[in-house]
Amino acid sequence: MNPIVLGPLTVALLSALLALVIAILDKLLNNYGIVKLRINGGKKELSVQGGSALLGTLAAEGIFIPSACGGRGSCGACKCHVLTDVGPHLPTETPYLSPQEMALNVRLACQVKVRKELEIELPEALFRVRKFPARVERIRDLTYDIKEVLFDLGGQEIEFDPGQYVQIVVPPYEKVGESTQRAYSMSSRPGEKRHVELLIRLVPGGLATTYVHKYLKEGDLMDLIGPFGEFGVRDTPATMLCVAGGSGMAPFKSILHHMQETGAWPGKDIWYFFGARTAKDMFYLDEMRALAAIWPRFHFVAALSEPGPGERWEGDTGLITDVLDRYIREKIDPSPGFEGYLCGSPGMINACMAVMRKNNVGEDKIYFDKFA
Amino acid sequence: MHNAPAISPLILFLASILTSNILLSNFLGTCSFISISKDWKSSFGLGLAVTLVIGLCAAISWIVLWFIVMPLGLEYLSFVIFIIVIAAVVQVLEMIIDRFSPALYLSLGIFLPLITVNCAVLGAVLFMQIRSYSFIQAVTFGFGSGAGWWLAIMLLAAIRKRTEGNPVPAGLKGTGITLVTIGFMAMAFLGFSGMIAVQ
Repeated sequence: MNPIVLGPLTVALLSALLALVIAILDKLLNNYGIVKLRINGGKKELSVQGGSALLGTLAAEGIFIPSACGGRGSCGACKCHVLTDVGPHLPTETPYLSPQEMALNVRLACQVKVRKELEIELPEALFRVRKFPARVERIRDLTYDIKEVLFDLGGQEIEFDPGQYVQIVVPPYEKVGESTQRAYSMSSRPGEKRHVELLIRLVPGGLATTYVHKYLKEGDLMDLIGPFGEFGVRDTPATMLCVAGGSGMAPFKSILHHMQETGAWPGKDIWYFFGARTAKDMFYLDEMRALAAIWPRFHFVAALSEPGPGERWEGDTGLITDVLDRYIREKIDPSPGFEGYLCGSPGMINACMAVMRKNNVGEDKIYFDKFA
Repeated sequence: MHNAPAISPLILFLASILTSNILLSNFLGTCSFISISKDWKSSFGLGLAVTLVIGLCAAISWIVLWFIVMPLGLEYLSFVIFIIVIAAVVQVLEMIIDRFSPALYLSLGIFLPLITVNCAVLGAVLFMQIRSYSFIQAVTFGFGSGAGWWLAIMLLAAIRKRTEGNPVPAGLKGTGITLVTIGFMAMAFLGFSGMIAVQ
């Protein structure tokens, strides 16, 4: 036979043969059958195919432990508690674990193989993050440029803390060639698990906001991914100073309703400052005032910075930062201490931080999400 | 079917450990030799794994060489074919150890992927081809070379343990002084060369 054909053919056949042997052995040897995973003391139980690394096994079940290297054991990010004895730490794990972590049975999920029933512990937040195929149930105009969009999760339930956000997946449209994701705080309350409500303001030129305002219709489908974020109420007795502008209302709507309905964090007084330019930009006024009327520890301050001529306005006027400054100095009892909760444009957040710093609110006690 | 050199397998075994140590005479497989020899326990596991893999690869490669490569006149492809064979053998060995002896897997299995690309394995297999060993010779040479490598890394690990705290010029710290140490070891092993000649 022609050596040009014979050489490659032999190599190819030999490789194929060896690959076949490996594949057959893999099927025979790496078969541990169905194995049980008990997560967080039995809160969640999974039946999985044994034989692969814990990291990949969990990912196949939709639980994503963060991993930067994709399971090659070179980043050390996929740490998790394995309570079952799976043997001593491997030399591939030890460089990433401190002696304390080793004593606590922390392992790298990419190095631990699932061979038998395992008992593991994961941060709760990890298995709450999911992709929800949602349907737009209702779109309501709150102002001329802010829409309230209610999504129906089709029977699925989302578990989140008030103040967290979801990413919406915007499909390609018009000249936007690829799918994009944008983060929005949820304005729905956590008790309402089958729905997610978002407040979306039209940003001129914004990819996602333009899509939502110009294209999205009731009945449309859209994927939501979440929940994410650590913008939530801190468990301290300090008084909450919440400041929002525009669609920054969203997380506070969720937080306030949640606190009022469940009586959570009963020691905290809440002051909520909501700023808008003109009466046309103001929304949820009646809802917030009604809430303040029935809930003694909640105080609502709405302010217009430039009330239009002829607009009737009985609330405060002035920049929200000036109003905030005045209230901190004159009206709010400083003895429990203050915590700042901000949601709005970066400009508003910076200005509010300056005011709070001036009034001795520690920088480490001012919380906000950076995606605004 | 071939003209194997007239050496007793036992002599060949000893020779491949001492006089033509694959590491200290041929300087093959130095990368893992240097990086793993920091630690005595790992050195032991890696040495054991290398011995197993070279021995097995020599045997299987001998069969492939004499029954596939040579009858077809494909000697010019033996490099490629041997590499494929070695990779497959290592993979299979890893799976078997992983399944049947978790304890052994822990001590040597984790080093197996390192060995796939260890040139000592390919080197030993190619020596076996060039010197046209018989099957028995190939196997003893394989295990002997592995044992030689094992001995060398254990010695180096011991030396490194002993000299760990010694004051070394800053520029020589770590790999530098290790290479110098290996040089001394190689010279010491040269002393064996008069005992048995093997080619």
